[in-house]
Amino acid sequence: MDQLLQHAANAMIIGGTYALLGIGLTLIFGIMKVVNFTHGELYSFGAYMMYAWVMLIGADFMVSLVLAVVLGIALGALVEFVLLRRLRGADIDTTMLVMIGAWIAMQNTEQLAWSGVAKSIVSPFPADPLVLGPVSISWTRLFVFVVALVLIAATYALIQRTKLGKAMRATFQDRQAAALMGVQINSIHTATFALGSGLAAAAGALLGPVFVVYPTIGDSASLKAFAIVILGGLGSIPGATIGGFILAFAEELGAGYVSSGYRDAMGFLLIILILIFKPTGLFAQKERIG
Amino acid sequence: MHIDPRKAALSVLAAGLMAAPAFAQDTIKIGVTQPLTGAFAASGNYVAQGAKIAEDEINAKGGVLGKKIQLVIEDNKSNPTEAVATVEKLIVRDKVPAIMGAWSSTLTLAVMPKVMEYKVPLVVETSSSGKITTAGNPYVFRIAPTSDMEAVAFTPLIDKLNIKKAAFLNTNNDFGIGSAKAYSEALKKKGVEIGVMETMDPKATDFSAQLTSIKASGADTLFVTTAVEQITLVLKQAKELQLDARIITTGGSNSPDQLIAQAGSAADGSYHVVFFPPWFPDVVKNPEAAKSYMTEWKKRGHEPGGMTEGFRGYDGIYTIAEAIKVAGKAEPAAIKDALWKVTVHGVYGDIKFTQQGPKGKESGQNVPSVYLVKIEDGKVVNPEL
Repeated sequence: MDQLLQHAANAMIIGGTYALLGIGLTLIFGIMKVVNFTHGELYSFGAYMMYAWVMLIGADFMVSLVLAVVLGIALGALVEFVLLRRLRGADIDTTMLVMIGAWIAMQNTEQLAWSGVAKSIVSPFPADPLVLGPVSISWTRLFVFVVALVLIAATYALIQRTKLGKAMRATFQDRQAAALMGVQINSIHTATFALGSGLAAAAGALLGPVFVVYPTIGDSASLKAFAIVILGGLGSIPGATIGGFILAFAEELGAGYVSSGYRDAMGFLLIILILIFKPTGLFAQKERIG
Repeated sequence: MHIDPRKAALSVLAAGLMAAPAFAQDTIKIGVTQPLTGAFAASGNYVAQGAKIAEDEINAKGGVLGKKIQLVIEDNKSNPTEAVATVEKLIVRDKVPAIMGAWSSTLTLAVMPKVMEYKVPLVVETSSSGKITTAGNPYVFRIAPTSDMEAVAFTPLIDKLNIKKAAFLNTNNDFGIGSAKAYSEALKKKGVEIGVMETMDPKATDFSAQLTSIKASGADTLFVTTAVEQITLVLKQAKELQLDARIITTGGSNSPDQLIAQAGSAADGSYHVVFFPPWFPDVVKNPEAAKSYMTEWKKRGHEPGGMTEGFRGYDGIYTIAEAIKVAGKAEPAAIKDALWKVTVHGVYGDIKFTQQGPKGKESGQNVPSVYLVKIEDGKVVNPEL
């Protein structure tokens, strides 16, 4: 029982960050229909920016967090502006190949800039964990969990409740009609990609201090994000959120009670099962591509 | 035919580039394949840096057979398929007579059929999976210890550390699985109870599920086998989950200095099996080799935490250079025969090869020293056992 409680606590915390990764990608992959292989690199970019500000420049932890996210948004906007703007209307395969190229280029640039040696970021929270009966949780992880939930809620509100959110949804439902209604569709494309990228950078900046930072950390983050988006249904923020938690629980309980060697397989097995019965994902929208 | 002047200029340039190796004819090339990018990039670069120190030292002393040696270092990208391609390139295009590589056991196992196909000797500087020298590949010469050797060397310490119930957490590849098997068998022989055996994906970063199960199992000692990045995370997360078990890392790619720098107080109290202890260079078999290597490593400003990994490349290149010297010519077959005769006074100890594997196609295996160190209050100490 004690063990189950600890597993559940672990899964909740991890689920929050999975959800954060998932909602960032669901905006880009689900709504924009860009198979975004750079998502994981934005994640590691966020983590490296956190390292640069906290450890090299010595800035305040919270200030660094904000800066890392802002820089992530800027990098996302740049990727959209330089690469994707020219590919508007290109088929999904062309865009995908360009994004694979961007992913490899970004990862190798990180390696060149920071070397392959892992970096660690000191967090301002106490090293001793919070102990609640049989469960212990690190303060840093708890902080990450809370910020992740806040960001998820804020993103949801932005997409559903603001004019910008409405313009985003309109643009990706029907570009021409949105343009005719006076929506600046080029800016909307950039804004959506930048927002999704910013969320990936936020996940990286939050998790950098929990884990260590090295150039390939984005690979598994990227893989999980795609799985979560497909699981939850493309373009659905509640779907990505719940999908993140489902994946985390499947992995945690699978590893804890079945076999840790198949930890990642558990998550994907669950996804296969869900897709067999609900091919559009849990929170299906009308169409799906890719 | 119309000739585009730009293309003509390019082809002249290309011809010039192709001619360049002609000037380098009086060097002896040695191939190196290491993971310079990808998951094992940190370690692979350390080995390559160590190899370059050996190259420069050997050349400063006049080279081998009156010629300078020249390393051709290829990046295998931590990927077995790429590793095979690098070996093919080194042999076919660069025509190297001997190769050092490929860091991880999985990478080394992938390239072994290639060196057999081309009949080029491979000096294995890091990999520890038992399969490498028992597969019946007579072109393989390993200077690193096998997991079994580590376990045998560790056996006398089992009683001294008073281990009663052990748990395992290893990376899910040839290295991790081989090590867990070797150590668990050695522990069983001494009557130690083996509890849970957990694995982790080589790319994973979160091990809370595994560590929760290990904590619940009540093991007093946890054996961890993986590279330094994952060990850092295991130490940090074990502290977060208040795991009481003593942690012992195996395999020698654990870089205690890097653990202290990155895991901080979470590294305190952990034990590490290493093959070269730069903190006490006087305990090694050849202190002069160790000190020469360490001085140069520091002088070049390489990461101090990488010293426990870089010496592998340093020794590997010395071993190949010595074999070329003994062979009297830089040809694969002669070098392979000479490797059986060499004794190199390296950082690993006195490197010489004994036969291992199926009769008639034995691989060469060196028997290096193994050390156990402990981290206490942010410092590496020699545990008094």
